[in-house]
Order: sequence, then C-alpha cells, then structure tokens
Amino acid sequence: MVQTARDEHELRRVIDEEREVEGLDTDDLLAIYRSLILLRTYDERSVVYHRQGRIGTYAIFWNHEAMQAGSVHALVAEDWIFPSYRESAIGLLRGMPPSTVLHWWRGHPAGWWNPAEYRVASICVPIGTHVPHAAGLAWGEKLKGNSTVAIAYFGDGATSEGSFHEGANLAAVMQAPLILFCNNNHWAISTPLEAQTHADTLADKAVGYGMPGVRVDGGDVLAVYEATREAVERGRAGGGPTFIEAVSYRAAPHATADDPRAYIDLDRVEEEKRNECVGRYEGYLRRLGVLDEATAEEIRNEALETMKQGIAEAEAEPEPDPELVFDNAYVLPPPGLREGWDG
Amino acid sequence: MAELFLVEAVNDALNVELARDETVMVMGEDVGRAGGVFRATAGLRDRFGENRCVDTPLAEAGILGSAIGLCMAGWKPVCEMQYDAFSYPCLDQLITHVGRYHWRTGGKMEFPLVVRMPYGGGVRAPELHDDSPEAYYVHTPGVKVAIPSTPADAKGLLAAAIRDPDPVVVLEPKLIYRAEKQEVPEGEHVLPLGQARLAREGTDVTLVAYGAMVRVCERAADELEGEASVEVLDLRSLRPLDEDALLASAAKTGRVVIVQEAPRTAGFGAEIAAILAEKAILDLHGPILRVTGFDVPYPYWKIEDRYMPSVERVAAAARKLLGF
Repeated sequence: MVQTARDEHELRRVIDEEREVEGLDTDDLLAIYRSLILLRTYDERSVVYHRQGRIGTYAIFWNHEAMQAGSVHALVAEDWIFPSYRESAIGLLRGMPPSTVLHWWRGHPAGWWNPAEYRVASICVPIGTHVPHAAGLAWGEKLKGNSTVAIAYFGDGATSEGSFHEGANLAAVMQAPLILFCNNNHWAISTPLEAQTHADTLADKAVGYGMPGVRVDGGDVLAVYEATREAVERGRAGGGPTFIEAVSYRAAPHATADDPRAYIDLDRVEEEKRNECVGRYEGYLRRLGVLDEATAEEIRNEALETMKQGIAEAEAEPEPDPELVFDNAYVLPPPGLREGWDG
Repeated sequence: MAELFLVEAVNDALNVELARDETVMVMGEDVGRAGGVFRATAGLRDRFGENRCVDTPLAEAGILGSAIGLCMAGWKPVCEMQYDAFSYPCLDQLITHVGRYHWRTGGKMEFPLVVRMPYGGGVRAPELHDDSPEAYYVHTPGVKVAIPSTPADAKGLLAAAIRDPDPVVVLEPKLIYRAEKQEVPEGEHVLPLGQARLAREGTDVTLVAYGAMVRVCERAADELEGEASVEVLDLRSLRPLDEDALLASAAKTGRVVIVQEAPRTAGFGAEIAAILAEKAILDLHGPILRVTGFDVPYPYWKIEDRYMPSVERVAAAARKLLGF
C-alpha cells in the first residue's frame, strides 16, 4: 500500500489484525454490514441518478462508509449526529427514508427534515461551521443533566477552519461530551493534506485543546467502531471531548461536478479501490464464518430495493409550490416579506 | 418605576428574564466574573450561577455557533458580543446558520437566541470599538434587529427579543449607555418589536433615526424651534420595521431627513429612502435627505466628531429641505 509519511504512524486496526471486538456478537456484526451496504448502495445509486438527471450535484462518499457506519453503531438513539455534506445519508442509519435525502439532493423542500426527529442535524454545507453547533448541543445537554453525546463529522480540510478551532476549544473548556470525527481522506477537493497542515498528524491538534486525539484506520469499520465507543464512554462519563482522526483516502471525485484526474494520484486511487472498506469487512466476516454469499446477496438486494423505493417516492413527490419560498424564513414573519412577489 | 441608565435597564431586563424563564442563559466574553466590560451583566453570575451566566472562551463564532446547539438542547441563549466590530467573526455563523436553521428544518425547530452588543461611535475609543454594523445584520434573512434609544425601550426590546421565537440582534447605543437616567417600568416589561416611537411630534419635517442618533435629532429639533415644527421618529426596530409609522409621518410633514451614523452607502437609511420613494413619493415636498457617516474607516477619535452626524449637520439638512 502506498503510504504518505503520515500514514506510517500507528493506526488502530481490527480487520487487518484479525482481531475481534469485545462485546460485538454475530447480530451486531451483521447489523454493521447492513449499514455499510445501505450506505454503499445509496452512494452508488446516487451517482447513477445524478448521471440520469434525477438528482442534482451530489457529494460522493464512496469508501467513507466504514467511518460513518462504524461510528454511528457506537452511539445510542439519544445521541446527536452533526453531518457535513459528505455524510448526507447518515440519517438512513437512524431510520430516515432515503427519499428524504434524495429530496435534499433534488433541491426539494421535502428534503429538509426535522433534526429532533432523528437526532441528526441538518446537512452542514459550509466547511466546519457545524462543529460549534455540536459543541453547544453537547454542552447544553450536559447542563441539563442528560448523558447525551454529540458527534460532528468533518474532513481534513475543516481542521484549517476557524469554526473547527472555536468549537473544539469550547467543547474542551466546557468538557462537553463531543466526538470530533475527522475523516482524513487526504483531499479537500484538489488540495492535498500537506497543503492543508504542517502538523505531523491531525490528531496532534487534540493536544492543544487538552483532549485525547486518536488515530484509526478509516477503512476498518470495526476499528472505527471501537475507537468511537471509547470516546462515547469517555464523554458520557464526564471525560469531555475526543478527537478521532480516521485515516482514509478519497477514491472517488469530491462530487459529481469534480474531475480529480487533474490532481489526484491515480495509482493510489486504484489501490484504494482494491482495498475499499466494504470489501475488507466482507472478507473479514466471511473468514469469521459470519457471512455467506446468500446472506450477502439478500442484504444487497434489500438495500437496492430500499433505494428503488426511495427514488420512486422522491420522484412521485409533487413539485413544490413556489409559495414555499416564504415558508419558515421566520417563526413570526415580519410584515413586508412578500414585498415585490407577484404570485 | 425606577430611574435607570440605559445599560442598567439592559441589566434589569436580563435579571427579570433569567428569573422568569429557567431556560434563558447569558453567555459571552467577560460577562460572568467581570459582569461585562460595560457592566450590562453585572451580578447575574452571582444570582443565577456560572451555568446561566457563562464566561466563554474568546471566540465570537464559537459563542454564536454553540448557541445554535444550545437552542437544539432547549436553551434560550443571550449572547453578548463585547463590541460592535468584534462581532464580525460571528457573522459567519449568523449568515450561514442562525438566519437559516429554522427554515432548514422545515420550520420544525426554533432558534430563539439573542445577540446583543454595544454599538456606535463617539466614545473616544481605539480602532474598531465604534462601528454601526446594523446593515450587515438587517441584510441577513431570518434575523430580526432592534435598536433602543431610551432606558425603558432598552429593557422592553431586550425582553421582547428574548421571548421572540426567532433570532434577534439587539444593538445597544453605547454612547448613551450612561447618558441620562430615565424611568423604567419595574418587573416584566415587554415592548413588541416593530413599533416605532414618535419621540417628538411636529408638522413640517420628519427626522428618522434610531439608537444614539435619536438624541441628536431631538437636539436638532430644539435648534430648529421657532423655525419649523419638527417630528422625530425613533424606529426602535429595523426588522420588523414599522412602515406604517414611517409613511404616516412622511404623509404628515412631507419632508424626511434620515440620520444614521453608519457609512453612507447601502446603509439602513438607504432602505428607508427607498421605501419612501416607492410608497410616499406623492406626499413628499422635496427630496429625501440623508445625514450619515462616511464611506471611510471609522476615524481616529481625535477627529471622530466630524464623522458622526451632528446636531448642526442634521439641522442644516432640515433647513435645506424646508427651503427646497
């Protein structure tokens, strides 16, 4: 495997070490597999839907599924998830219908969900600006005496943002139960990690905030699970926030509007594709004797069916009424909002 | 009724609202131990505890960004930005999230947070302690903006802002924080947003202002006594805007001078002028005039008085309009 200098640091791994994670039984292992397949299917189908003109520009998360599924499985339903656009479909792991997320990518107001219903915050588009939201939520729940934990997902580029710093620092000062989950896929669109930071590792940043910083193989769903579970336990026990750097590599374009051939290392991409996270976990489960082909096919078909139904529902939704332009801008709208509207 | 300075009325409002609603919390830089650099939050930490009057890290985007998460956890944060120009880092959160999050949730979640800050010039302070940033705030959809000019209004508008289900920015004119004690209703006092105040009634010319400029306009009205009957309209709230009061006064006097200390171009005065041009043109006897700051960085304080709209400049504009 081609490695940058940073990757030589020891990463937590489970699959490559053929370890087992304590406390996970066969049902848990299969549930994680189901989540991986659901996310993979969502992502691959979305790229197709985009090419077919059925959804708009779409941020691809192929080979990021292990980071999302592994970490979400370490949470309970009361815990809050703050996704970036790279985790647009993470709500599916909380029972959100795929049609809702597809609506979002179709620019339809039906894609604007109620975060409180799933404890999944709205998709954050401007990089890193949701980190303070997650910090505030975790702090606010702590102030109320609840044991709720929050997790914020962001990429390597986000660690250069002021909002990341302000949110991380505030969470540490307040000892808020926050997990700062960095998916370090080495690329912020075309900007490589070495142009983003001079730090040896992104996890090193945690030292400056006075919080633990851990590094994990982002393609290893069980390593991600295990690291997140420890961070969740620490947070719930009053131990404050944890920074998790999940080391990965972006094997797909940033989004459907991006052509990475201009900047990326194509050999490395091919290698990452051969070692992608779903296949790695599938191999592990087969070696354990937990997954056979019939079950795998059943799970894949189930996910495909879910997506077929999702896009059908999304496309059956009537076009939004233009009057919705004015909906929900305010709880109590000021007069004059519709000034100039000729509808 | 108690006789209070404007900044004391702010403190009174916070005391009343924190006592009334246990989900209200105050947060910001130096608001707890120090009680705020202007003493607006004095005594709150002792009375309500360190978790309801919170000294935050020095991070304006972090303060406002975490306030969004606090709202999601059921709190009603009142965020202090220490000075007008120090609030600019929080514009990132205000524009990208505060004004949009309710909309983004399809109206399902509410973000009843307040941003309050001392604003404006004339206080002999170093650079970036003097700005009038109201245009940035009022230009942000999803956000309401209130600016008191009297102690009683400072209390009533802040209480209304705290109780409003939408995000509200309250700009407090620091120049008149301790200008004059005035009567302020004791206990709960709420002044609904969107109601302008006729600070002075007149028939010949209307001076439209808000914040510290209301007093300048009142003095200009004194100056013009014997020459003209001057009406002074204190907007009190830029959004919602009391357009009816504005148009009624324009219809009555037929002459309008708008006064703002912010830079001239695309200031809120331009919005007022545009509304008058669209809806009151047939009532007007002359052009709509503006007396404003200038399109330059707010000056060194040795010469700041020439930048700030003065009684003389306002009176001169009124005379020019009366002689049109």
